[in-house]
Amino acid sequence: MAQMNMVQALNSAMDVMMERDPGVVILGEDVGYFGGVFRCTEGLQKKYGEARVIDAPIAEGGIVGCAIGMGVNGLRPIAEMQFADYIYPGFDQIVSELARLRHRTAGDFFAPVTIRAPCGGGIRGGQTHSQSPEGIFTHVCGLKVVMPSNPRDAKGLLISAIEDDDPVIFFEPKRLYHGPFEGDPEQPATSWAEHPLGEVPADYYTVPLGRSQVVREGGDVTVLCYGTMVHVAQAAARLAGADAEIVDVRTLAPLDADTITASVRKTGRCVIVHEATRFSGYGAELLATVQEECFYHLEAPVTRVAGWDTPYPHAFEWDYFPGPRRVAAAIENVLEAA
Amino acid sequence: MTQAARFHVPHPSARPGEAPDFGYLRLSAAGAVERPSPDARVHDIEHLAYDLVRVLDDDGQAVGPWAPSISGETLRAGLSAMVLTRAFDDRLLRMQRQGKLSFFMQTLGEEAVSVAAALALQPGDMLFPHYRNVGLHIARGHNPVELMCQCLSNSRDMCKGRQMPIMYHWARGNIFSISGNLATQFPQAVGWAMAAAIKNEQHIAAGWVGEGSTAEADFHHALTFAAVYRAPVVLNVVNNQWAISSFQGFAGGERRPFAARGLGYGIASIRVDGNDFLAVFAVTRWAAERARMGRGATLIELVTYRRGAHSTSDDPSRYRPRDEWKAWPLGDPIDRLQAHLIARGEWNEADQAALEADRKAHVDACWREALSYGSMTEAPRLDQYELFEDVYRDMPRHLIAQRDALRALADYQPKAGPASEG
Ligand SMILES: Cc1ncc(C[n+]2csc(CCOP(=O)(O)OP(=O)(O)O)c2C)c(N)n1
Repeated sequence: MAQMNMVQALNSAMDVMMERDPGVVILGEDVGYFGGVFRCTEGLQKKYGEARVIDAPIAEGGIVGCAIGMGVNGLRPIAEMQFADYIYPGFDQIVSELARLRHRTAGDFFAPVTIRAPCGGGIRGGQTHSQSPEGIFTHVCGLKVVMPSNPRDAKGLLISAIEDDDPVIFFEPKRLYHGPFEGDPEQPATSWAEHPLGEVPADYYTVPLGRSQVVREGGDVTVLCYGTMVHVAQAAARLAGADAEIVDVRTLAPLDADTITASVRKTGRCVIVHEATRFSGYGAELLATVQEECFYHLEAPVTRVAGWDTPYPHAFEWDYFPGPRRVAAAIENVLEAA
Repeated sequence: MTQAARFHVPHPSARPGEAPDFGYLRLSAAGAVERPSPDARVHDIEHLAYDLVRVLDDDGQAVGPWAPSISGETLRAGLSAMVLTRAFDDRLLRMQRQGKLSFFMQTLGEEAVSVAAALALQPGDMLFPHYRNVGLHIARGHNPVELMCQCLSNSRDMCKGRQMPIMYHWARGNIFSISGNLATQFPQAVGWAMAAAIKNEQHIAAGWVGEGSTAEADFHHALTFAAVYRAPVVLNVVNNQWAISSFQGFAGGERRPFAARGLGYGIASIRVDGNDFLAVFAVTRWAAERARMGRGATLIELVTYRRGAHSTSDDPSRYRPRDEWKAWPLGDPIDRLQAHLIARGEWNEADQAALEADRKAHVDACWREALSYGSMTEAPRLDQYELFEDVYRDMPRHLIAQRDALRALADYQPKAGPASEG
């Protein structure tokens, strides 16, 4: 075991896979010589060469389109979007091409592309460095969508994503790159160095796609969350004094409905939390699943806590962010309901 | 064939620790490039995309056919605006380092690109800047206090705390909003110009984009639409040699200048020394005149150098020689205009020192005033509930409910924890 932060864990995942499979290539803006603006690809170009860790022109549509072509021609590309907020110029290639290629050719063509994209706020990044667009992509059939909440999962999930023959959009909550974050900016920053989930095997291992994880067992209420909100939910449960069962969804699509419904059937109450905006957000899908599968076990209406339906602000980030107080209030409400 | 022969990867002329080398730049001598009439046919002036229009020679003289007839007063106004731009830049960079600003981006060394263009255009012309064009605001007279308030996200912030620092706009001054997403403004500038033509109005539009951003599809959309509709627009590519860590070769600049891209679309295209105030002024005037007479768009490549870091989040010594800027062959825009005014007998070193002291004092006074309107963390602050406004013209029901929920949260006492947590 080695102690790693999330940046190092992601780097290690790519390193391991490039070592094992000569078809794995990386392309993106500033990923090569520089090692990426968040340093996730640091050292990889030196180790594997310029033809495998490829600095790209500033053109996300071009990056995704070329990654598809490379994938069709037998490579296993990892495309980095510098920020999830800059994925949109690649949207058409992702939605109309990458997601549907296998289906429209009846399996004759496919592109095993992984798209990595740092997401989420809390870094004073304003509306173009803070977004959580996962719900836009979970709505697209043919894509797998992943968001880890800690270094150990990040590495294992990224390896699974790279090995997967289907396209995977891999969102990385950048607020968690260097340490867990429970949502209170006034508290001193913590690092992964002391955290058990910062203990990461140095070699190859996988965390399977499509499996959620119960990160805290409890009997009062189920909190469904992912990414940064996994840590916020734990602080919120403490604030509310609730014995919450916290489920880290981890893979948003395809969804592990079994783990979720088993938990909600047990607790009878459910709060859904994400940082992305609420209206038509991924929480609506979770809520519908819970309603469909657990209706007769529910003792209270299911509630969502999410980013407000406004662009992510620069000032007032902490009024916007669904922090522990907002989540705790929702937990209390759900517990008080008849 | 080897892999290297089949798969080309561009390499900059120098990396950290190596000697800077700008030998790749194709330069023309000052005054050497002919100046066609602004209504020339694109076909007849293609060489302008490959040459480099320069007016100021090494002695500060304005030479050749592009030397504009320009009053000493305009030149001094340009010099003053460039000096103010640099003083503004320097001050805000230092304030970011002291933690007053969350972020900042410098314009250092690229002042002429914005200031000369702003003075060459008319106040009613609409400008679509990218983030390294604060000189457009300064040259058009936007009060630096307002720009600083934006950077501070304070109670007077024109964006009401919704945008990161340097994402200014100025509706009254006809300067459009800056987006964090690269190149989006380019087709928007063309659309504005198309509307001016549809409405049969005289004003034109101008847009700016970094050379790195020309790789984005929006750049090509802009050129296509500008060519198809012969839109009255001046499209500027600021080639400052570096995007973040990637040099201009990664945007396709290795074999052809960026200006030459316009030729494929049938658009007049000119490459100009971006650190030569007079050349930028003259070329912008030419392009504006051409647009106003119905000859359509011009693509201008401004050859310059990004002297500072990409942003305050960047450390350029990781990817380029630390002192690369010292080898830049086209000098400093402020020094060169100053030398020209001195050569004209309209300026001296004492005037320059006085101007610099005066503009610096002005910036200091502006900064003190801006701070009196608060900052992101210090009162007076904006009202956080304004977050919900302007998402739509009228606030829909669900946003009213969310605003009320945020209000109610202020009184919430968690059952088990300290009220202050979170
Ligand atoms: C669509 C999009 N992709 C990526 C980025 C991240 N990014 C911000 S600035 C920048 C470099 C831009 O370089 P250039 O256009 O040459 O302008 P310069 O900074 O040199 O003035 C990049 C990659 C972004 N802002 N928007």
